[in-house]
Amino acid sequence: MLPVLEVSGLTTVFQTRSGLVRAVQDVSFSVNPGETLAIVGESGCGKTMTALSLMRLIPSPPGRITGGTVKLDGIDLLALDDAGMRRMRGSQIAMIFQEPMTALNPLFTVGRQIAEMISLHEGISRRSANSRAVEMLQHVRIPAPERRAREYPHQMSGGMRQRAMIAMALACKPKVLIADEPTTALDVTIQAQVLDLIDDLRKELGTAVVLITHDLGVVAEVADRMIVMYAGRKVEEGTTQNLFAAPSHPYLQGLMASIPKFGAQEGARLKEIPGIVPPLNNLPPGCAFAPRCPAAIGPCTETRPPLEMKRQGHAAACWVA
Amino acid sequence: MFQYILRRLGLMVLTLFGVSVAIFVLLRIVPGNIADILFDSAGMVDPVEKQQIVKDLGLDLPLVTQYAHWIGGLARGDLGYSYVSEKPVLDEILPRIPITARLAGLALLFAVCAGVPFGVISAVRQNTGLDYLLRLISLAALSMPSFWLGLLVLMAFVNWFGILPIYDKAPPTWGAAILMYGVPAATVGFRSSALIMRLTRSSMLEVLRQDYVRTARSKGLSEPAVTFIHALRNAVLPVITTIGIETAFLFGGLIVTETVFNIPGVARFLVEAIRWRDYPMVQNLVMFIAVIVVLVNLIVDLAYMFVDPRIRLRA
Amino acid sequence: MREALYYARRYPLGVAGALILIAFVVTAVFANVIAPYDPLTTNARFSLAPPSRHFLIGADMMGRDMLSRMIHGARISLAVALGATCIGSGLGAILGLTSGYIGGWFDLIVQRIAEIMQALPLLVMALVITASLGPSLVNTIIAIAIPLIPNVARVIRANVLSLRELNYVEAARAVGMRGRRIALVHVFPNTIAPLIVLATAQLGSTILTEASLSFLGLGVPEPYPSWGRMLSDSAAEYLRSAPWLVIFPGVAISLVVFGANLFGDALRDILDPRQGD
Repeated sequence: MLPVLEVSGLTTVFQTRSGLVRAVQDVSFSVNPGETLAIVGESGCGKTMTALSLMRLIPSPPGRITGGTVKLDGIDLLALDDAGMRRMRGSQIAMIFQEPMTALNPLFTVGRQIAEMISLHEGISRRSANSRAVEMLQHVRIPAPERRAREYPHQMSGGMRQRAMIAMALACKPKVLIADEPTTALDVTIQAQVLDLIDDLRKELGTAVVLITHDLGVVAEVADRMIVMYAGRKVEEGTTQNLFAAPSHPYLQGLMASIPKFGAQEGARLKEIPGIVPPLNNLPPGCAFAPRCPAAIGPCTETRPPLEMKRQGHAAACWVA
Repeated sequence: MFQYILRRLGLMVLTLFGVSVAIFVLLRIVPGNIADILFDSAGMVDPVEKQQIVKDLGLDLPLVTQYAHWIGGLARGDLGYSYVSEKPVLDEILPRIPITARLAGLALLFAVCAGVPFGVISAVRQNTGLDYLLRLISLAALSMPSFWLGLLVLMAFVNWFGILPIYDKAPPTWGAAILMYGVPAATVGFRSSALIMRLTRSSMLEVLRQDYVRTARSKGLSEPAVTFIHALRNAVLPVITTIGIETAFLFGGLIVTETVFNIPGVARFLVEAIRWRDYPMVQNLVMFIAVIVVLVNLIVDLAYMFVDPRIRLRA
Repeated sequence: MREALYYARRYPLGVAGALILIAFVVTAVFANVIAPYDPLTTNARFSLAPPSRHFLIGADMMGRDMLSRMIHGARISLAVALGATCIGSGLGAILGLTSGYIGGWFDLIVQRIAEIMQALPLLVMALVITASLGPSLVNTIIAIAIPLIPNVARVIRANVLSLRELNYVEAARAVGMRGRRIALVHVFPNTIAPLIVLATAQLGSTILTEASLSFLGLGVPEPYPSWGRMLSDSAAEYLRSAPWLVIFPGVAISLVVFGANLFGDALRDILDPRQGD
């Protein structure tokens, strides 16, 4: 099966007052149709910037995509002109964001915002677009969809807003859906519902999902494969099963160890990864994780380790693993 | 919603009541009443005649009674009589209102039509040369006295075009009418347009930073669609509120501009009435202005409520 | 000092504004020394003299040197601007502080009064006050100061209210008892920055209001040379014959207000970055 999304050597930088920030460095991955790929990492590791780079939504005065290719069904999105990319957005590749309240325009009804997406890419009449919008709302399991379509974002609950955003993003049946922390701002009980919804729709429409998250629990639930990012680079990659069973890179090991476990000793300290993420405009030489790594050896602070296959379907960038 | 309007109307009446008391007292704080002035200017020295005038005008009654007479009259539509012309105040004010109204309306139109587009341009092209230029120009516009701008405009017309846009009750041609109203209106509106431009700019900048703008782009909408359909609608909300506040400033501009261009409107009339110490006129004119200001604010607030669904439909 | 230079580099426009204001103040203070002639001496022989070697920017209809009148006019504008701004902002701040801090019916009454005062446009209220008090320098200052009070009071009050929330939480948790004393030491000083920003912003508008009042003949009276009055309606008669009467006083007013606005904008960006772009 050919991958629907192939990212190769993606590099995005930001020109700031305190120097050049390398937000995304030489990131490569691919996603197959109908597959869920999770991109995992702490805040500031570059996962959101990667997502925005795929959509070419990087704010252009300070930011710039300086290298790589992003092939959607063979078409390099980075090589398209503005008009071409606009045609892709929403119809071939769509994105949902973390905060549904601020991500929807407060002055337009939900139905209108969904219909806008449809009529933009499919050129159908306003009336047809509106009824399609209602259909989509029903599809994402919002009760009384005709009424809800006429409502404004502030009249809905957080979970419902997120569903509406999903409805909007999938309205034109894009091949790839990027979900940037879709459940982080929601209650835990709603989180599960929304994740299930995304998963079901994925199976139904055959959409490839790129799920950005910092929550390993979410990854375990829905992701087929995952990549781990640290300081703008990909440091580990493989099937969810393999990575959870035997994490290679000390960073992932640290992340997994820091999850509080049921039945742990009472009064025992929670495990944490000491130190903080290095500033992206002033990275240490060698492996970026070395200063915090319990297993670091000499070469770690001198030369950056390349990504190597450690096992079948499991790669990591580490000298020690 | 209905309750809100009622409550606001009630507050409005209370405020206006306070204004009436304030203006009434203010005008009578300093001795030197109208009788003295009329007396001195007419050259009469007979104290008996003066006493008669005082009695006729009701100036010998206690202040509270005088106030009650005025307010009572207001309720009936009787605004009293001018000390100077001895005609009913209403007759003097009424014909002047449409003139000022036309000027004010045109000025506001000019301010919005010039201010909003330039504000959008300035925001979309933030920190470019065009942006700095527009900001400097708007700041300069806010620094100029309105009346000086009017004088300069007059000077330009006189020296370059050889004509004076003087007010004429019955302008001969359409062109003359446009000139007659348009030039002073643009002068008054210039300052307001600068304010609106700056406000639109900062509001637009704020809105363009919002998540929903990014979402709109992620749907594949073109930049103009994002700017004008999604962003601008949100950005003009604070501008609507400002129009209410601007109306108050507009009066100041109207006063001086009507004076410069010699336009017989209500605003200039206030100054004339003050110079003549024509208390009934001044009182009523000030009340009129206060009513307009408060009413416009109420209308603007209601319009805002109407436009912003977050306030219109409380979840 | 180093801090000042740092700010100076980042806000060149603000520096330009400050320089204009400094030039303005210096001109006003040293008017007697700088002005070539006495601004009040009339001399019919030189009536409406155009700009020349003797009268650098001409003479007015009464033969008075325009340049000297303009220089002394700075004094008047400075006096009124400073006086009105200080009195207006000062009283407004006091009212806002007490009203916001004490609350209760005092606050309610002050709010209502402020609302009443704000129902009238600035110029209208100033006009009525000078009309009732009579035209004089002091009365003009008072007339311009009074409409400022409700505006300043409102902003300061809002500030105090938000600060009060913050500090109550801390005070409740910490010592608790000395709440009032602590609030006095913490809340009030934190309103100084917004007050300064507000006052500087008002500076320009007070100068403009004084100019308008004097222009209408109801502000600063003879013999004080006020820039606004120099532009009064009689000047309109000389639009063609003596344009220097119309141009220069207006330029002076605009320049000073422009400087005040530039400086005020920069100050606001520094002290209250939340409002900036």
